[in-house]
Amino acid sequence: MDVRTMSSDEPSAGDTLSGSSIIREIKASGIEFVVSVPDITTSEGLLSPLVRGQSPRVIRVCKEDEGVGICAGLSHCGKRALLLIQQTGMLDSINAIRGVAVEYELPICMMVGLLQKEPGVRPRQSKRYGVRIVEPILDAMDIAYHEIEAEADVAKIRPAIDDAYASSRPVVLLIGRKPS
Amino acid sequence: MMKNDACLKALARHVTDRDIVIPVYTAAFDWLSIRPHPLNYLAHGAMGLASSHALGLALGRPDRRVIVLDGDGSLLMNLGSLVSIAEAAPRNLIHFVCENGTYEANGGHPIPNRGRVDFTGFARAAGYRDVHMFSELKMFEQQVGAVLAQDGPVFVDLKVTPSGPQNRDYALLHGPAVRAATKAALMVR
Repeated sequence: MDVRTMSSDEPSAGDTLSGSSIIREIKASGIEFVVSVPDITTSEGLLSPLVRGQSPRVIRVCKEDEGVGICAGLSHCGKRALLLIQQTGMLDSINAIRGVAVEYELPICMMVGLLQKEPGVRPRQSKRYGVRIVEPILDAMDIAYHEIEAEADVAKIRPAIDDAYASSRPVVLLIGRKPS
Repeated sequence: MMKNDACLKALARHVTDRDIVIPVYTAAFDWLSIRPHPLNYLAHGAMGLASSHALGLALGRPDRRVIVLDGDGSLLMNLGSLVSIAEAAPRNLIHFVCENGTYEANGGHPIPNRGRVDFTGFARAAGYRDVHMFSELKMFEQQVGAVLAQDGPVFVDLKVTPSGPQNRDYALLHGPAVRAATKAALMVR
């Protein structure tokens, strides 16, 4: 599988990203559970309104690799889940993602806030080492990913999640700026 | 102390065909010979994650009892899961740890601070609804049925010794056929 999409257009620092639009797509994707460790990028615009809402149910975990296991268990029961984390937590969970998501071919869907990514700069071009290594690592693991940097990118969320479940493969949605 | 397989045989007498069981490594190899069943969920993908898979299963199938047979070394790799499970508070989750004090499948090396770690203390402090510890087989046989009937999350520390030589077929634990059979069994309502 080779599914990698960049931001819809060349991103600019003036683009915006709406948390409510992302949540609308999460719900439209049939996600029943959001499993999360708080992330600076998505905390205010995504996690807080999700916690205030009735559905999907938010499951708080202590460490991101727990979330990989929880999402796997849910997927075996036919339940859709989204793991909402920061790239630092994703990097910390590489072995769980390797074993559970990739080698077992399970639809582990991750929405990953990119801590310290500069708005309008592609992750690979970031001056931050912890940001620019993310996509090459996902390439090495053969994991599909999509950049969600501007409002036009939100339309990628539902097809990406649907594809993950249809193909039973993991997917990563990289959130490149703080949603409003 | 109890022999691991004797302990699991006592447990198996109370496990129904609707229960989902998540056995880990050494416990898994004993359990598979005691209760072969498609609802044995064997593929955890990374050491320590069994309790997290169990939480997902418990949330995804609240109509089924979910029984984890964790290892002590495995649980030490994922202690935070005790807190996450306690917060999610699934009533259908029973979490056993087979405490043998060693990484038995990895050469028998001792777990850190063996003999002084209080696993029930961890679970109680994390917020499990109830905790138990058993080191005598007769006592476990008498009480296991009542323990399984409790609302979860319940934690049970089993003080065990190895059962003896095992045929550790890891391909069986991680193979795609086993995963497919488990998934199909889980989709049955």
